[in-house]
Amino acid sequence: MIEVESISFRYHKEWVLQNVSFQVGKGEFVGLIGPNGSGKTTLLKILYRLLSPQQGEIFFEHVPLKRMSRTDIAKKIAVVAQEAYPLFPFRVIEIVLMGRSPYLGHLVFERERDLEIARKAMEWTEILPIFERPIDELSGGERKRVFIARALAQESEVVLLDEPTANLDIHHQIEFLDLILALNRERGLTIVMASHDLNIASEFCDRLILLHQGRIYKTGIPEEVITEENIKTVYGCGVWVDKNPISGMPRINLLKKGVRKSGTLERD
Amino acid sequence: MKIVTLKRVTLISIFLSLLLVAVILFSITVGSVKVGPARSITILLQSILGLKGGGTETERAIILSLRFPRALLAGLVGAGLSVSGVIFQALLKNPLADPYILGVSSGAAVGAIVAILMGLSTLSFGLPLASFIGSLLTIAVVFYFGRQDGKIHPNTLLLAGVIIGSFLSALIMFFISISQKEELHTIIFWLMGDFSFSNYQAIRIIFPYILLSFLFLYSRARQLNLILSGEENALQLGVNVENLRLISYLFASMITAASVSVCGLIGFVGLIVPHSVRLIFGPDHRLLIPSSALVGASFLIASDTFARTLLAPVELPVGVITAAFGGPFFIYLLRMRKVVKTI
Repeated sequence: MIEVESISFRYHKEWVLQNVSFQVGKGEFVGLIGPNGSGKTTLLKILYRLLSPQQGEIFFEHVPLKRMSRTDIAKKIAVVAQEAYPLFPFRVIEIVLMGRSPYLGHLVFERERDLEIARKAMEWTEILPIFERPIDELSGGERKRVFIARALAQESEVVLLDEPTANLDIHHQIEFLDLILALNRERGLTIVMASHDLNIASEFCDRLILLHQGRIYKTGIPEEVITEENIKTVYGCGVWVDKNPISGMPRINLLKKGVRKSGTLERD
Repeated sequence: MKIVTLKRVTLISIFLSLLLVAVILFSITVGSVKVGPARSITILLQSILGLKGGGTETERAIILSLRFPRALLAGLVGAGLSVSGVIFQALLKNPLADPYILGVSSGAAVGAIVAILMGLSTLSFGLPLASFIGSLLTIAVVFYFGRQDGKIHPNTLLLAGVIIGSFLSALIMFFISISQKEELHTIIFWLMGDFSFSNYQAIRIIFPYILLSFLFLYSRARQLNLILSGEENALQLGVNVENLRLISYLFASMITAASVSVCGLIGFVGLIVPHSVRLIFGPDHRLLIPSSALVGASFLIASDTFARTLLAPVELPVGVITAAFGGPFFIYLLRMRKVVKTI
């Protein structure tokens, strides 16, 4: 569905991404991981053409992304960005209706159909009871739901998520991730999620892409990517990786100074 | 669901239009020459319907050639400045933005003053034309310097506007300091806003500019909401942000240029009307643009009516009235801490 072919990008002099290539298949749930400054957010921004790479090309269903109009991209790709709530206190329903924008062309007002789609999206994300509240009065978890509802109203095929669980407590993290998973499994949407939380990425994603200094260091299923060696090289710190006894997925354990020895790990 | 629909916008617009009509009727019935309310309205209606009769020759002249065009022009300018203020506040995301923020007004002023000093103000058309040219030149210069790598950046544009405005203010000061006494009076009145030269000709000239800009901005009202909700947001939703921003700036500047060219610099309208209307009707531009236009029109007609009747037969510059009412009202809004929150 998405093919990224050896793209390189720089804001100024230094390359932020170098020769990055990967593919995302239809219906996949892909995690984008890597330390601060490894290029995750930049890569996401390139995927919806907020930024354009200086080298390489991106194809969406075999069509070069740069040949697609803004509206066409918006019909295919929805984005839930970091801190993605407007400064302006629009209300929930107004934000969700904005998701219909790519379909409205030069129409100034939404049609009955758009209202219906927005209503269903809010129903599915369980925010119908708060549809008239201003966005700035909502909790972090509710706000994320509003943007998922907007993505649904957008009827896109891909949802890009940038650090969606940052600033959420664990209750809201789980609630939100379950929603994303349902989006992926029940509605067949392709998900690309950049995340700092390696355990969440390991637990929820089908496949992980590990970025290191602007290049892809490793890509594969979580078992192949989340290893002590990979984490040591990319993040520069020792961790202990074991298996989550219930899900069987790799699990990262942070250890404090006395318990770990620099470089290799030695358990007491 | 309570959202902005065509029906809601229409209903509110009709209501505000009725208010506007009431204000216009009020304004043509008061003045230094007493013509009774019923009589004034009869004269106006008969003239609109193409009928003769009603009132003396003088009364008809006062209503039809002085008060009515003056009210219409004040209404047009009030609507223009308010809509332009709405757009500048949204695009610059700055609650203190007003139609004059990019220096368009200073350019208009230089044009007008040059016309006055050259004696062109006695021609029916010299002054507005000169000031319109002055503001268009300023727009061109500000946009030229407001670009960076071929793109408009709000902050660069704002800085270019402010700096060029300051430079033009220096020119204004210079011209004022070398002008004669009688010219000085005309200049000062123009700088504070003055409708005493109103005629149908001025209305005919600026109406197309304001209407065209208004229609364009309204056709993009939904996209402007998206820009207001965050530029990246708008982009994600398929809006060509750069183009829309550039064109909206140009149209809003055009409205400002057309408005100030016929009546001078009237302050506060473009600042307080958008804020007040936002407090009542919310931030959605599909409702905000038409309601600001109608409220702005009513507000400026009312202010101008006060300006010419308060110390009659002496006329005050209308800018004195808008600032005298607008200033305290704005402070009140600021104290309520509502203004900043709405943008």
